[in-house]
Amino acid sequence: MDRRTFIISTAAVASGVAVAGYFLVRPEEIDNPLYAILKDGQVAVTPYVIIDDAGITIITPRAEMGQGIQSTLAALVAEELDVPVTEVSVAYGPASIVYTNNIMYPEEAIRKQLIRRVSNRLNLSYYPPRLSQSTGAQTSLSDGFVKMRQAGASARTILIQAAGKKYNMNPSDLKTEDGYVILTDGRRIPYTSLAADAAKIPPPKEVTLKPRSEWKQLGKSQPRKDMPLKCTGTAQYAIDLQLPGMVYGTVKFNPSIGGGIKSFDDSEAQGMKGFIKTLEWDDGIIVLATNTWYAMEAAKAIKVEWGAPPYPMKMEEHYAAVDNALGQGEPTEVRSQGDIEAAMEGLNTFERKYSVPYLTHATMEPMNAVALLKDGELDIWAANQNPLGVRYFGSKIVGIPEESVRVHSMFMGGAFGRRQETDFIEAALRAAMAVEGKPVKVTWTREGDMSHGVYRPIASAAFKGAVKNGKPVVFDLQISAPALFASSDRRWFQNKGKEIAERMDRSVWLGMNDQPYNLPNYRIRAYKALKLLLPVGWTRGVGETQNVFFHETAMDELALEGGLDPMEMRLSLIDDADSRAVLEAVKRMSNWGSTLPEGYARGLAFARSSGAPTAQVVEIRQTEEGIRIEKVFVAVDVGIALDPRNIEAQIKSGVIYGLDSGINSTITVSEGKIEQRNFNNYPLLRIQQIPEIQVHIHENNKEILGVGESGVAANPPALGNAIFALTGKRIRNLPFRKAIKFA
Amino acid sequence: MDKTNLSGMGLFQLEVNGSQYEVEVDGKMPLLWVLRDELNLTGTKYGCGAALCGACTVLVDDVPVRSCVLPVVGVKGKITTIEGLGDAKAPSLVQEAWIETQVAQCGYCQSGQIMSAHALINNNANPSDSDIDAAMAGNLCRCSTYPRIREAIKRAAEKKRTLSESKDTL
Repeated sequence: MDRRTFIISTAAVASGVAVAGYFLVRPEEIDNPLYAILKDGQVAVTPYVIIDDAGITIITPRAEMGQGIQSTLAALVAEELDVPVTEVSVAYGPASIVYTNNIMYPEEAIRKQLIRRVSNRLNLSYYPPRLSQSTGAQTSLSDGFVKMRQAGASARTILIQAAGKKYNMNPSDLKTEDGYVILTDGRRIPYTSLAADAAKIPPPKEVTLKPRSEWKQLGKSQPRKDMPLKCTGTAQYAIDLQLPGMVYGTVKFNPSIGGGIKSFDDSEAQGMKGFIKTLEWDDGIIVLATNTWYAMEAAKAIKVEWGAPPYPMKMEEHYAAVDNALGQGEPTEVRSQGDIEAAMEGLNTFERKYSVPYLTHATMEPMNAVALLKDGELDIWAANQNPLGVRYFGSKIVGIPEESVRVHSMFMGGAFGRRQETDFIEAALRAAMAVEGKPVKVTWTREGDMSHGVYRPIASAAFKGAVKNGKPVVFDLQISAPALFASSDRRWFQNKGKEIAERMDRSVWLGMNDQPYNLPNYRIRAYKALKLLLPVGWTRGVGETQNVFFHETAMDELALEGGLDPMEMRLSLIDDADSRAVLEAVKRMSNWGSTLPEGYARGLAFARSSGAPTAQVVEIRQTEEGIRIEKVFVAVDVGIALDPRNIEAQIKSGVIYGLDSGINSTITVSEGKIEQRNFNNYPLLRIQQIPEIQVHIHENNKEILGVGESGVAANPPALGNAIFALTGKRIRNLPFRKAIKFA
Repeated sequence: MDKTNLSGMGLFQLEVNGSQYEVEVDGKMPLLWVLRDELNLTGTKYGCGAALCGACTVLVDDVPVRSCVLPVVGVKGKITTIEGLGDAKAPSLVQEAWIETQVAQCGYCQSGQIMSAHALINNNANPSDSDIDAAMAGNLCRCSTYPRIREAIKRAAEKKRTLSESKDTL
């Protein structure tokens, strides 16, 4: 038996829907979410496959923010359905609990959360479903790897059964190939002609998935489904939607987030061309006009007296809130091995402090959304990482039932976690309520987008280390940051920060609980920030982006203290074979240990990053204009590489995202205002600064892993370690450009 | 600062992608917003409004310009936008190279990238790395597709050279 059989329980049923109840009812009663959106002549074969005369459309219910997930999810279905993925269309599908991401929201966790929330007497009965159709934390493949193939296999099974019935043949004698059922007499019957019959057949409770050796499409690079659209200007982002009678808007924001509005005067704006009206909204004034630019111009003419922000006015106070948290109160002990205090007795220990700043996502497409409220029905067009949440949020803001809300998920001009939020959707909803019956698009200016962000947390760390007889024996790291869930819950539940300072969550220590280092005395303790700071949220790599910087810079300092080679020291401390393999790979790739020409240097960092062992070596060169990043060598273990070209693209993308956060990026507060407002003072790397990046993909890990985030976190420490090797200057506070010049 | 009011209004004739348009807007309105909100040509993107990111790049008489800071009253010449280069069925040479190289990730900046690359290739069928740097430095890509942008430009340039060689031999 070389074909592996998945016995599918009622909880994880044939179409891969792991939501209790979905397939417990008769097929004709099934709430297949596609039924609500099917057009004439279309048939839904499971919630993942639509077939009509034009062909096959695969529902890929994860947000396409550039990571290529739609194409890979479609390939998973296509492989088992036996159709060439190049010949199918893809679509997001509607908001539905059927499409829950069970990695981010396992059923058990949802149930527990529900119980806890209800016991807190919060009216949050919608809590689990509304957050569950989420895209993030590079979980889409882990969630979809079996589920999407099951969906394809289920659809294929019932198409075969339909053919058997129609042509009076035993289904077990029939085969499939390239979108056809092959009859016993060799006739080829297209799926499209069998779909209507197949849709009446209950999907099987058990399907057999192909072993990897039989894959025809998976494991090979496929052309991305969105590529021709994106190269011809025809991919439609929410910002591109134009509807008859559309009203256009923007938001004039309080430069201090959360400060609110004391008073405003829009009399000058009222006389301006195209102006329609203003609306007061929490933290900004929504300006509506007949053209986006007219709205932006009118916004400039409005005079506002803004309120003061709820967070500290000076940047030093923000840093103090994380610095002073270190060692304060009861920490969360993330790792504890050996006896640190006893081990340090009689040894020369050294102490170091590190910090990282707030960062913003700076998606190329500024925040925006389109909404239409008409006859008690609400349509929302938005780039979003969470359609169910958007549906719930829309119903709550507008005050209509969720059944009356339709969410149209659009291509995203970047997201990186920013589009998990709903603030940009709320602006459109408020506007839609003010011009009921007309579609309205509210586009934030770049300045609004940047200064009204939901930032990667500021964070700091304190490290104590000791070496004995040339061996690292003590690694004691304390980390501190604002807790992210507390901040996001504050936005979701609009409870304006009452409980923020009391809460702690795993975002603070993300990435620190499962690093494979094996030191005799190894401790990591986490602390939450002492007071309410800027709103913080999900970002590419989340808490790892700060913690891996702290951890891997400290490792380098430990190696230096012991006079050890950073590569050999790590190899001596790590037993995990997959992790050793990526280190050995970058050692070979970078020719680690060989002498570099004068003015060149290398730095290394390692992390199990979002689960994937990742090692990076950064090679830099001193030029007259400053430091130039010459090469980056990356080895990453993804478990199973479904689309090698896309994986390579994602890793390179993550590496450069990491480089930017190391070299360039910082969001700062001055007199309560966010100082960065556009790309002039939030600079990003440009093409001439991009190094050569070599990527080595490993497939040793037992589980399949996503790669959207894995390239990010290990880059800044590898760069910092290279800068130290080159200059002898240890830069412990990001971004590096505050302390050293780059070419 | 003068107010944006009716005094700035005017009728403007534009030639975009070979078609004639007439719009009645404030003359200070940047070409970007005329294209997007008045002419419904949304392939050209808003990114920064300050000529910092290049997402709004279009060609005016084959020269790349940042349409987000070019007032419509100042437009003198024929405008080409991404829609004017080609479509999925008949992509332009640069678009074809972009598709073959699988450049795009989120894709939002790519219209601007392609317009800048198109202008580069038009003037230089054999661009060096530093030529590419100079031509593309104004175009940001947050997904950092830069390695493939460079590759695609070289591929497009090669296509162009092959085309002109085959013309020469005819």
